[in-house]
This record gives sequence, structure tokens and C-alpha cells, in this order.
Amino acid sequence: MPKAARPATTAGTSQTPALWHTGRPMTILEFTALVWLGSFVAGFLGALTGLGGGVVLVPLLTLFFHVDIRYAVGASLVSVIATSSGAAAAYVKEGFSNIRIGMFLEIATTLGALLGAFVAAKVPTVAIGLIFGMVLLYSAFLSSRPQADLPGDDKPDPLATRLRMNGSYPSLTGPRQYYVRRVPTGFGLMFGAGTLSGLLGIGSGAVKVLAMDQAMQIPFKVSTTTSNFMIGVTAAASAGIYLSRGFIDPGLAMPVMLGVLAGSLLGTRVLAKTKTQHLRWVFSAVIVVLGIEMIYHAVTGRI
Amino acid sequence: MLWTDQKVEVIIGNLLRAGVLLAAGVVLIGAGIYLVRHGAEPADYRAFRGEPSELRHLSGIVGDAMALQGRGIIQLGLLLLIATPIARVAFSTIAFAAERDRMYVGFTLIVLTVLIYGLVGTS
Repeated sequence: MPKAARPATTAGTSQTPALWHTGRPMTILEFTALVWLGSFVAGFLGALTGLGGGVVLVPLLTLFFHVDIRYAVGASLVSVIATSSGAAAAYVKEGFSNIRIGMFLEIATTLGALLGAFVAAKVPTVAIGLIFGMVLLYSAFLSSRPQADLPGDDKPDPLATRLRMNGSYPSLTGPRQYYVRRVPTGFGLMFGAGTLSGLLGIGSGAVKVLAMDQAMQIPFKVSTTTSNFMIGVTAAASAGIYLSRGFIDPGLAMPVMLGVLAGSLLGTRVLAKTKTQHLRWVFSAVIVVLGIEMIYHAVTGRI
Repeated sequence: MLWTDQKVEVIIGNLLRAGVLLAAGVVLIGAGIYLVRHGAEPADYRAFRGEPSELRHLSGIVGDAMALQGRGIIQLGLLLLIATPIARVAFSTIAFAAERDRMYVGFTLIVLTVLIYGLVGTS
């Protein structure tokens, strides 16, 4: 996708995705290979930068492969489940994730995901494109800010204590205790995150940051690993609805899922050995461009 | 066996990875059959038609997969993938029950109900 030519001028007129240099319609084999490659790169960069590959998949499929946005969202949902579940085994070893916080907030995200999947069938594709573009811009904005933990105070919150959410995580100086706060606010925001996930087929990492890091003041490493667990469950809630509506096409979902999974597994391996700050900037810039393109295409009625 | 949160999470992590690898394997087999049979046909995803009804529901997908239809086998793999996190939540319910944590058994049952509704309740 980075270099993927810019034949966007022909995007509105071509009936089938065409090989750009010949103009002849792509065969299924060529289409599958190119979508696999694009998804692989998206998954790889998403894992490496921590921004998630899902957020660029739908723009990639709709803007460059001219796939209908409903098919694109369905394929993206499936790949979100794959990356979330595939990475889980690596995450639990580190001992940061908090299964109780995750399970409690999944009540909110799965209910939100059902709502999102129902709404997706009712609203015009233009609206989905617009919302998607805005979420992309917001994600890029969030990722440009430093990921620092807020200095939480040490008084336990009564509700969080009742829900047995407070925990500790390993640090260089031994186990570190943390207290969860503002549970109702976090719960409400996670409902919103679930709705966006069901509507757009993404992991909603950006809203997660708002809910878990900012509102509930969960330490960054704990919230990141816990939300990875939650993303797969959330996506599974709406994926069933997409499947029964006929929005999940096996021919499209196959290369997307296999590509993103392979890319993200490789990205996680490489992650430990690389400095990613510059890459984060580049990837954020790509997300901004895709966000503007999505909004532009939606406004001009080409989605 | 003593159930601790940490131990449960390790088991869950491995369960999820096994589910994903199994699903990916089934999808790969389906992909091979699909591409050999249909690889040379033109691709068209611009127009939204929706999937035929046999690729939308469990019984139809299994039927297609048993008939060794490439698209049916891929869809079966995707269904396995969707079922993986659901299995995870079901396992968590058992784990919380073993820890005698009634409140969290209740929470996981709510999530499980929502997930099963999403998968079968809307068809």
C-alpha cells in the first residue's frame, strides 16, 4: 500500500479491480496474491508500531482494491480475531494482563459490538466511510502523543475493589500495585469502542486508550495486553452477525486473514529488536492520508 | 489442581493460539482448492451482492465443506476462528467457577450469552 500507485482517478469509473498498468480485469489469483501482500504489510507494520493493522485494512481494500466497504469490514473483523488470538499466548507469558478487568469490560464491548453490527446494516455506506475516516484521524492523533502512565493516587476506588480489579504487575523493582478507578466511565467508553468495532471491523485501540489508560488509569502495559484479549472477543460478537448477513466473503477474507496473521506474527518477533519511533511517525502519516482519502471518497459519494 | 489467574491465562493463551492455527490450516486447504478451480476467473468485489445463503449458516457451510467446495472449506475455517474467542470465554467461566468466584462466573455468562446470540440468534 505504501507505493501502491495512485490510479485513484480511475477509481470512480472502473467496474472491476484492474491491473493498473494493463487495464485488464484482475484474475482471482492475482487479486488474492495482491490482497495477501497488502494485508501482510498492514499486519507487519501494525504489530511493529503497536497501532494495529486492522485500522488500515478497510481503507486499503476500499480505496485501492475497490472492494465494497461491507465486504471489507467483514474481512477485517475476521483478521482482527486472528491477530488478537494469535498474539495472546505471547502476551500472557509477560504477566501483565488482568483477566478480571478484561472480562468485566467485555460485557460492554460485546453489547456495543452487537449494536455496531446492527447499525452497519441500516446506515448507508457513505456514513460508514465518513466515520471510518474520522476514527483514522483520531487514531493518528493519539499515537503522536507520548504513552506515559498518569500519576495515579494510591487510594483504592470502592467499586473497583468490589469488582476485584486492582492488581499488580512485574517491574524491575518487584511487583507494582495499581488501583483501577472510574469504572462506570470506562465501561461506558468501552461500549462505544465495541460499537465502533462492530460498525467498522477494527479493534478500536484508540477508544481503548481513552477508556482504560485515561479514565480508569490502568498502567499502559496492563491495558495494552488486556485489551488485546478483549479485541478478539469483541470482534467475535459482531462477526457472527456479519456472517449470517452474507457480509463475509470467503474469497476476500481468506487472503486478508492469512496475510494479516502472518504479518503480525512476524512483526511481533521483530519488535523486540527494533526502535520503532520513526516507523510510528511514518505509519501515523499513512493513517492520516488514508483518513483524509476515506472522508474525501465518502463526501464525493464514491464509497 | 490449584487454579490461579496466572495459570488460567497461560492455558487460555495456548487455547487461543491452537484455535487460530487450526482455523488458518483449514482456510489454507480451502484456499488451495478455490484457487486451483477459480484462480483464472476475473475478480469482482466492487458490486455488493451478499453471500449465497449456504455460506451464511453453519449447516450450509458444513454441507459445502463436506462437498469439498473451496469456498465452503474457507468459510468453515473462518467459523472456527470466530468460535475460538467464544471457547475462551466458556473456559473462563469454568475457571472462575473453580475459583468459586460467583460474581465473575456471572459476568462471563453474560458475555457468553451475547456471543452466542451474535452467532446463532440473528440468523
